[in-house]
Amino acid sequence: MTLARKKIVWAYIFLAIPIVFFAYIRIYPTLFAFQMSLHDYNPLAEEQPFVGFQNYERVLGELGEEKSKTKSAFQNTVNYVIFGVPIQLGLALGIALMLNEIRTMSTVYRILFFLPFVTSTIAIAWVFRMLYQPRFGLFNVILQLVSLPQQPFLRSQHQALPSVLALVIWQGMGFAIIIFLAGLKQIPRTYYEAAEVDGASRWHTFRYITFPLLNPSIVYLLVLQTISFLRMFAPVVAMTQLGRGGPLDSTLTVVLHVYNEAFGSYNMGFASSLTVVLFMLILGVTIIQLSVTSRRIN
Amino acid sequence: MESITPSNIFKDRDRASTVGSARGDWKYKAFSYLLLTLVAITMIVPFVWMLSTSFKSEKEILRRNLFPIDPTIDNYSEVINDTDLPLWYKNSFIVAVISTVSVAFFDALAGFVFAKYQFPGKRPIFILFLTSLMVPTEMLLIPWFIMSSNPPIGPTWVDTYWGIAFPGVITAAGIFLMRQFMQGVPDELLDAGRIDGVSEFGLFWRVAVPLSLPAIGALCIFNFLGNWNAFIWPLIATTRSEMFTLPVGIQLFSSESDTSWNLIMTGASLSVLPLMIVVIIFQRYIIEGIALTGLKG
Repeated sequence: MTLARKKIVWAYIFLAIPIVFFAYIRIYPTLFAFQMSLHDYNPLAEEQPFVGFQNYERVLGELGEEKSKTKSAFQNTVNYVIFGVPIQLGLALGIALMLNEIRTMSTVYRILFFLPFVTSTIAIAWVFRMLYQPRFGLFNVILQLVSLPQQPFLRSQHQALPSVLALVIWQGMGFAIIIFLAGLKQIPRTYYEAAEVDGASRWHTFRYITFPLLNPSIVYLLVLQTISFLRMFAPVVAMTQLGRGGPLDSTLTVVLHVYNEAFGSYNMGFASSLTVVLFMLILGVTIIQLSVTSRRIN
Repeated sequence: MESITPSNIFKDRDRASTVGSARGDWKYKAFSYLLLTLVAITMIVPFVWMLSTSFKSEKEILRRNLFPIDPTIDNYSEVINDTDLPLWYKNSFIVAVISTVSVAFFDALAGFVFAKYQFPGKRPIFILFLTSLMVPTEMLLIPWFIMSSNPPIGPTWVDTYWGIAFPGVITAAGIFLMRQFMQGVPDELLDAGRIDGVSEFGLFWRVAVPLSLPAIGALCIFNFLGNWNAFIWPLIATTRSEMFTLPVGIQLFSSESDTSWNLIMTGASLSVLPLMIVVIIFQRYIIEGIALTGLKG
């Protein structure tokens, strides 16, 4: 056997298990999910009748209703994304810029900022749930200390979503800080020296050097964090009564809605159609990223 | 961007910081330190509150003092003895180790093949692997559950370690990362090995792997952390308390504890602190790893 042929044979032997894995654990279930979304799929029922696009029609119908779980789930998820991503990345960028200019203690700060990121979301969400409690919760204790009125936080239909969002922003910020720091280190120092010679102000240096050159990190984080906010699940489960996304569905997310429909009510066909819609949303975000990235290269 | 290795990302000690020090702008610096310290405090306070509550008796929680006046470890003995927490620990550890070892081996091997071999069908197979990155795992939860309940061979996968671990035993992102890294392994070294009669697997195991240890290490750390903290699939894949992983156990234990916040915070402390100590010990590698995988994107 020639060397070239021997290498081909070995390549296939090495890839055999990964190919089987991706075909059976990734590709087949993806197709299965599409197929399920076209059926009235209930694992407890005798039959799983084909219903065409009825599940999708139901999704659209509920989105058009005045008030429905599906509508709340999508509305809330959009709110998590449009408020969560900019606030989180804005804060992280500000912190990274400051952290990039100091040396003493910078390692200590870095560790502290990213500790929440590596801790279990469920555990830390329960800690926040306690901080939000009336009377003895830390936030209300602080409000009382500065003579401000007590707040219901998670118990209020209007404050629950921002309260959950605060935890998610707090927990994920460290990751964004580290990516920004790595991006800042890639910017050649000579640019800053030149700016200094020209007497550029701190704002101008940021506006015309740092920000444009940090663009790859910003786009990368925008996409990654948008997708991660779109997929939000664990914090809402841990922070709401019975993990249901209350009060009055005010914190319900798409993924939690999927979970409740599929594993609470066994409406797996309908739940699958919801996941397909989620998939389309995420695909859209990825395509936007690819077009932005390729435009930059050109 | 291609020349980034873990060792040169954070060589910031060798260079002056970018703007501030050169200008001697002490006001800006003082302001930075003040703000950074404030942020650092908000990062620690929840953990301090968690820990301090775990040493309080139920009565003392309502007194709202930051530190317990009369600290007790009763909560700890109650949580450890009356719940399956030790088992949840064991389960999380086993699942995280199984998937990390598997990911390290198979992702590195597949990355090696894609980086160093030419064979028919290479492109379609690589694209097949990468497309799985596009599909959110949420879409696969229901099919995985149906497959686990009625596997093609053998008994149900529900409530087994394999059932919890199988979706993550090989990862496309890891293969992509390893491929990028393995491309840096010199072909001359591999050909020299072939002349000396080293098997193809030997080339992977004794040449490519040792040269890629930083990337494999980063991959292992993320994978371990990711599996340790994973929630949604273990929640679906387990029904019996003895098989819960730590996050699933903590969630169900906390919802059932009603308002015994001292016990809930004890559970949270027990699940968070040991890993946190490990993370602090390995913090340099973890931060470098995040930056490394992040930049490779």
